[in-house]
Amino acid sequence: MAMEQTIYRELKATPGVWQMAALLLAFLAAAAGAWFYMEHHGHAVTGMDNQIVWGLPHVFAIFLIVAASGALNVASIASVFGQTAYKPMARFSSLLAITLLVGGLAIVVLDLGRADRLIVAMTTYNFSSIFAWNVLLYNGFIAVVAVYLVMQMMRRLDYKWVRLAGLVAFLWRLALTTGTGSIFGWLVARPGYDAAIMAPLFIVMSFSFGLAMFILVTLALFKLNNRPFGDQLLVRMGRLLGIFAAAVLYFTVVQHLTNLYAAEHGGVERFILLEGGIYTLLFWGVQVIVGGLIPIALVFLNPSRSSTILAAILVVIGGFAQVYVIVIGGQAYPLEIFPGYEVLEGWHEGVVNPYTPSIWELMLGLGGVALALFAAGVGAKVLRVLPTNLSDSNVAAKG
Amino acid sequence: MTNRAELTRRDIMKSGAAAATVTLASGVTLMAFGGTAAEASGRADSGKRWGLLIDASKCSPDCNDCVTACKTENGWGQDIESDHISSEQAPEWIRKVTLRDKSTGRTTSAPVMCQHCEEPPCVDVCPTGASMKRADGIVLVDKHICIGCRYCMMACPYKARSFVHEPITDQPEQNPRGKGTVESCNLCAPRIDSGRIPACVEACEKAGHSAILFGDLKDPDSPISKALKQYPNAALREDLELNPGVRYTNL
Repeated sequence: MAMEQTIYRELKATPGVWQMAALLLAFLAAAAGAWFYMEHHGHAVTGMDNQIVWGLPHVFAIFLIVAASGALNVASIASVFGQTAYKPMARFSSLLAITLLVGGLAIVVLDLGRADRLIVAMTTYNFSSIFAWNVLLYNGFIAVVAVYLVMQMMRRLDYKWVRLAGLVAFLWRLALTTGTGSIFGWLVARPGYDAAIMAPLFIVMSFSFGLAMFILVTLALFKLNNRPFGDQLLVRMGRLLGIFAAAVLYFTVVQHLTNLYAAEHGGVERFILLEGGIYTLLFWGVQVIVGGLIPIALVFLNPSRSSTILAAILVVIGGFAQVYVIVIGGQAYPLEIFPGYEVLEGWHEGVVNPYTPSIWELMLGLGGVALALFAAGVGAKVLRVLPTNLSDSNVAAKG
Repeated sequence: MTNRAELTRRDIMKSGAAAATVTLASGVTLMAFGGTAAEASGRADSGKRWGLLIDASKCSPDCNDCVTACKTENGWGQDIESDHISSEQAPEWIRKVTLRDKSTGRTTSAPVMCQHCEEPPCVDVCPTGASMKRADGIVLVDKHICIGCRYCMMACPYKARSFVHEPITDQPEQNPRGKGTVESCNLCAPRIDSGRIPACVEACEKAGHSAILFGDLKDPDSPISKALKQYPNAALREDLELNPGVRYTNL
């Protein structure tokens, strides 16, 4: 392995950096307030109820957790797949993976009915629960990626060890996203879930959302410190994002075609694809068109710096819509408990369950995003994880 | 044991329940009993499997006595609680449903509660093991280790569980409930443990319907086993093969 010439430096505390930090802290304070309010009054003050038991906070959390494992892609591409152009970004990719996961998990934990019993979740395991496995997978991910990051920063260490750590982290992230997808894939009761494709679907979603988040956060930090980021490198990452976004569309097509083929899933498919109101709109309008077809067209038909940035923003928006449709749409569709019967009287039987998120849930969710970004910024401020120069000439010289 | 207030020291020893006494200061004593989920489950008889057979033809659409009895017994659904929250957020341990057969137009009515599955999805998915099945087949939530993640509610095919959405007071001793935890029908386990029948079954008998038959599914000579052998009956969502302990006939 050639000597590494990339120079990594801590983020400089420019006024822009301080302003960004203050903005994120404001979001964190708002989230803390929202959490105290919900904790005091109970979930009665949220839009959640006994039919929609996972609301907007879970959408934010799952998006961040999925994006976290995907943010590690850049490091994996460098260490595991040997693409040297990605190597200077590998450290920050590892850091961002950790902070996105922490942000997502913070939301999940604070949305628990008994957040104070986190210690119970950490010490009492039911190993037939994928949730329990996920607790181990998430904690393990943070540890494995932290070790990987430290090894990348040890300049005297033989690179083969970094490669090994990168491989372990890559395999771990595949397991982690499999676990996240299986939270839904293994729910036999609900027609919107209960599908093996959920795990691989979540993995491709993570590739796409994670790379988009990485591009946006890295560019923002580079801009705040006036560090150059080459157009060619960015367009190259944009093309990769386009491939990932296309893969998400492909898995989505397979998911729905498979469901459409089975008569028993006809109802839920008609709901999501045709008659589901907000969910149908989010699916076709935001997930497929805004978050899929448009970014793919942008990066392949008009590859440029600005089109790549726009594509990354659209992938994030589309990804959020996709998670919303999966999490909320899947619960909104009613459970069929009495097939062949019309329910004249009951407990919200056979009707689409309404859900309107409350401001508190939105504040908590945004707080998780703010936490992830703030922690990434603090990490870049105190650790040498961001390269000083990613201009095309500099990257090419080392390539 | 019926009421904790009536317990004597001797009863506690006899019951075999884990009991711990801590003297905090002179005259102030902290007592904890009940012990762990495993100990609680240990008091259940693994030689039995409790179940219900609900005869929809005997159930009156206008009668709500089983639901009322459950509310009284287990302390949920008081007006003061329901005033603050939306009906979707209100607790629901047992509900009455009225159904019309789409092909024949025949209407029937029956109560739906936790179906006490032999293979309960809620127990499989619970990360901490709070959602548990006792040795005698009763499925219930250990509210001491429920973290309120609500994954069991996602997993239950029967919508049998609800989440305590707000602070609650004045709870019955035999059934403490807690904000932020999940709850559902426990087949009146405290009553069963003291040799009584579930409150809904008792209320249905009192109302003169006797639409709910309670008994031991493992005992071939129990009335419920004999009835199941004699009449056609069905489980809700039979396709999932969860083998519920609650069965329906004439639905």
